[in-house]
Amino acid sequence: MNRIFAAMSLLKEVKSLIRKDMVLEWRSKYALNGILLYVVSTVFVCYQAFKSVDPAMWNALFWIIMLFASVNAINKSFVQENQGRQLYYYSIASAKAVILAKIIYNMLIMLLLSAIAFFVYSVIFRNPVGDPMLYLAAVILGSIGFACVFTMVSGISAKAGNNSTLMAILSFPIIIPLLLVLIKLSKNAMDGLERSVSYDEMMVLAAINIITVAISLLLFPYLWRD
Amino acid sequence: MKHYWWKILGILLLLYSIILGLLGPVPALPIVHETIRNTYYHVPMWFAMFTLYFISVVYSIKYLSSNNPQHDLVAVESVNVGIVFCLLGLASGMLWANFTWGDPWPNDPKLNGSAIATLMYLAYLVLRNALEEEQKRARISAIYNVFAFPIMIVLMYILPKTTDSLHPGSGGNSGFGDFDLDGSMKAVLYPAAVGWILIGTWLMTLRFRIRKLEFQNHTSPE
Repeated sequence: MNRIFAAMSLLKEVKSLIRKDMVLEWRSKYALNGILLYVVSTVFVCYQAFKSVDPAMWNALFWIIMLFASVNAINKSFVQENQGRQLYYYSIASAKAVILAKIIYNMLIMLLLSAIAFFVYSVIFRNPVGDPMLYLAAVILGSIGFACVFTMVSGISAKAGNNSTLMAILSFPIIIPLLLVLIKLSKNAMDGLERSVSYDEMMVLAAINIITVAISLLLFPYLWRD
Repeated sequence: MKHYWWKILGILLLLYSIILGLLGPVPALPIVHETIRNTYYHVPMWFAMFTLYFISVVYSIKYLSSNNPQHDLVAVESVNVGIVFCLLGLASGMLWANFTWGDPWPNDPKLNGSAIATLMYLAYLVLRNALEEEQKRARISAIYNVFAFPIMIVLMYILPKTTDSLHPGSGGNSGFGDFDLDGSMKAVLYPAAVGWILIGTWLMTLRFRIRKLEFQNHTSPE
């Protein structure tokens, strides 16, 4: 009974923290608009530089654009608000609620970001995709995965003075397994292979996401204390 | 002889594995020929690296629950020595690859995975340099270490098994265990692995003791 009550209150905290993040973002619209413009201009730079690409490169290029966009989007997640306000949140909500809310909020941001990026990218770079639904599933799984991994790393780099070099060197090696599986899965989707071929990759992606969220939940309570 | 018996055991096991590794019988195989003896030197490097990284992650978790600075020193020195073994493993693997595959660095998931895992642990050391305050450095790098360890396992041991790979033991290839019919290779390989693990741990404890003395000098009031 007590445990159920604790879980309920955690859920409530998470919900109001996500709401708080959304309202803050909606009031300024700075971060969201900035990152959307970032994606569109990166796509355009790539288009100008490459003109036309073969399918394998099209796929890899998309994920590289997504990688840099998501690092930039999530890098800010712990430095938007000043130290005093962070301390206030930690005193009224549990650390688990704070990290869970950040992860879910970043997932929502990443879903929006990747939907727009995919739309712009496939309009500008014409390329046939054999199984669009599976490709979309790969994009959704990928954006959720980026959000899970980068939220924790951005928390770490925020504590270390938040320079962007540190964020890159800490997160790129960690994201590579996810990126490799994603590129393979989306390549399967492009070639229009049987869906059953891709179940393995989807399982690995889901497993990586679950593991990173679990580790983040376990470790974050140690991270925020100062 | 009471508490340092394992150091002597490590040296004896290494002597045994070097002598028998160069003189002992090995199965005659095409392509690899006598370089099959590299198994005794290349594979134990990774055993030792894995053990040291495992010690490191255990001490990182211990640090998080105890806040004892000595646990942090064990964690960082384990990574330092582990990286040396990793580099030796990469070097011996490249030599071997150059002989058998004709290319020191073919584009192979096992090789790329281990290189990326090395980058991850180098990033751990850079993260430590980026943090000035000792307690904060210990805590945050411990968190990153715990975060990196499962990813290292995925990169080096799970992903290469699911994709095509040249490397024995991954991508559906058989390891050397299948050719070693009479167990003569196992009789050298396992003692060699234990020997290198013991030597690695010894190196780590030496470095840890130096660091502990430095730490005590640094913090004690003169």
